[in-house]
Amino acid sequence: MSTTTENLAEALTDGSTDLLRFATAGSVDDGKSTLIGRLLFDSKTIFEDQLDSVENVSKDRGNDYTDLSLLTDGLRAEREQGITIDVAYRYFATPKRKFIIADTPGHIQYTRNMVTGASTADAALILVDARKGVIEQSRRHTFLATLLGVPHIVVCVNKMDLVDYSEEVFENIRKDFTEFASRLRVPDLTFIPISALEGDNVVNRSENTPWYEGSPLLSHLERLHVASDRNLVDVRFPVQYVIRPQSHDARDYRGYAGTVASGVMKPGDRVVALPAGLETTIESIDTADGPVDEAYPPMAVTVRLADEIDISRGDMIARPNNTPAALQNIDAQICWMDESAPLTVGKKYAIKHTTRWARAMVKDINYRVDVNSLHRDEGVTEIKLNEIGRIQLRVTQPLFVDPYQQNSETGSFILVDESTNKTVAAGMVGGLPHSS
Amino acid sequence: MTSHVLSQLRSLEAESIHIIREVVAEMERPVLLFSGGKDSIVMLHMAAKAFAPARIPFPIMHVDTGLNFQSVLDTRDRWVERLGIQLVVASVQDAIDRGLVKEEPNGSRNRIQTPVLLEAVEKHGFDAAFGGGRRDEEKARAKERVFSFRDDFGQWDPKNQRPEIWNLYNGRVHQGESIRVFPLSNWTELDIWSYIAAENMDIPDLYLAQEREVVNRDGMLFAVNEFTPLKEGETSEIRSVRYRTVGDANLTAAVESQASTLNAIVEETAAVRITERGATRGDDKVSEAAMEDRKREGYF
Repeated sequence: MSTTTENLAEALTDGSTDLLRFATAGSVDDGKSTLIGRLLFDSKTIFEDQLDSVENVSKDRGNDYTDLSLLTDGLRAEREQGITIDVAYRYFATPKRKFIIADTPGHIQYTRNMVTGASTADAALILVDARKGVIEQSRRHTFLATLLGVPHIVVCVNKMDLVDYSEEVFENIRKDFTEFASRLRVPDLTFIPISALEGDNVVNRSENTPWYEGSPLLSHLERLHVASDRNLVDVRFPVQYVIRPQSHDARDYRGYAGTVASGVMKPGDRVVALPAGLETTIESIDTADGPVDEAYPPMAVTVRLADEIDISRGDMIARPNNTPAALQNIDAQICWMDESAPLTVGKKYAIKHTTRWARAMVKDINYRVDVNSLHRDEGVTEIKLNEIGRIQLRVTQPLFVDPYQQNSETGSFILVDESTNKTVAAGMVGGLPHSS
Repeated sequence: MTSHVLSQLRSLEAESIHIIREVVAEMERPVLLFSGGKDSIVMLHMAAKAFAPARIPFPIMHVDTGLNFQSVLDTRDRWVERLGIQLVVASVQDAIDRGLVKEEPNGSRNRIQTPVLLEAVEKHGFDAAFGGGRRDEEKARAKERVFSFRDDFGQWDPKNQRPEIWNLYNGRVHQGESIRVFPLSNWTELDIWSYIAAENMDIPDLYLAQEREVVNRDGMLFAVNEFTPLKEGETSEIRSVRYRTVGDANLTAAVESQASTLNAIVEETAAVRITERGATRGDDKVSEAAMEDRKREGYF
């Protein structure tokens, strides 16, 4: 057994490995599948029987090379049509980190898929073809990633082998991209010259780019500092479920189960329960493995309070001097995801925000965003599939919200069609993330 | 000073507990599908954690193919006893006897368990069923949602899945429709073993390597027992083997291994270069789209 696998096994069991979720965006031509294939292959995550199967299918089709996209295109329709329909999740681990890749297809349903993939991502990988430079699609993907508040953007300038590993080409792309990104809110922007096909700067540092002083992609992803991305300031604990054992030995137990959305909670902290507005103290923070000294995101815990107050699912626990806004009129950006009908003014939907369901009516559409030019089209009457817009909602009961860019957990919601029960929109509370 | 960063195993555990609680809070009548295999044990273990100190507020259901390893049944019964939960058994043998399903010529009861499962779900009025499926297992599973909508025939339509954004799950269904819920979606085989080792969980001893009498059929090692007796002309040998999956006893093969402890299994899994289904499941080697087809029919 090699040292790497021993290290990996040890790191996973002793708890020193953390988790990084990233989304990849790009189309067939810019080598996204090859890059993912390279990461999985070089990290020994592609299994031999999977590779055999992909090699056989590629040969049957008369391809000159092994088509690594076959690894991720799992549905019959995808293989038949040679397209990627849906977000695919892939997994690999090194002794430092486990990675979850949300692989979002670039062409069909790109907005819906990219929004889905980016909603939980710590980082987004944007692929740029070194020969083509920054194109409309690169801008679109970057805009969507920043709209969803992805804190780290890694621009992989791919196919460097086809431009003779030219520093000048790389620097020009970096300049163009940085200029465009200055209009968006990008806390961390990194550029890496790579060749996914040849393996330059993917896992190993390339000898072909002596002018490049940064890390190869994998070490960059291993070292990305994501701890400070989480909101550890504003305590928000949406009550998910009330635990009251119907057993003799724990009859008086009453605990509020939930996942810490943000902030750090400790026993003894003064808290307020919303919407009741009643203050009390955290008596204990319980888990099945015993009480804990503190709870922070994304821990799933059970909170016991010093006073008996009436709290149920959908309520929110916060600090008395730091509460979310209780709003019935919501100003939001939405991405529309339903092909059967557009969003129009006057329509009613079910809305889910944290653990609370309510009903919402569309009061107004302020504008639609052109995701390519970032231009705001005002005076529109509907938002269609894969479009983004700013709307005003009236909700049947107050929601306890924060602006999405400050708190993605309490700033996000979904809209659900009440007749089909389909999820039709992703919503983000507050305005656009860019300054202009 | 603490860094306030959860390890990846604890992050996965927290995500799964969140999912399990969400289902119980929103659905009328959930059930947990329990096979006695490692994934369903991990799922059950986390369900117990999600509601502690209360009991798990839903029953578990075992779709019993009648082709179980005894050690799997024993493990199931120990878990039921320890957690004080209700066990529903849906019997494939009984369904064959009643004429609901017919035995397939190759002896696999993998496919015919689907109607039995769907019948039991309908009979008991379950509107949500937890399954131990993982996205790393198979390509069709890689695109499955955590909350996977099924129509009133129990069918999965991969082109008509609900978008799943953030951790805002939508379990709304009409009468007769249901959802399958996969709390282990983001776990890999290696995560499962790391977690079982970290929590020192009770699993069937078949997963641990020991010397067993085996027969080699087309490169797959089958233990010689009542389900897979020696055929004429075959010779058996004694090898140190273990099981990576525990499906039907007549079709699940063992792999050569010296891993006789949980930690040894974690190390072996970190090093292994072939998928668990590819290595040991005769029933999955049917076609490129075998899993997708079964899932469309209502399989997990």
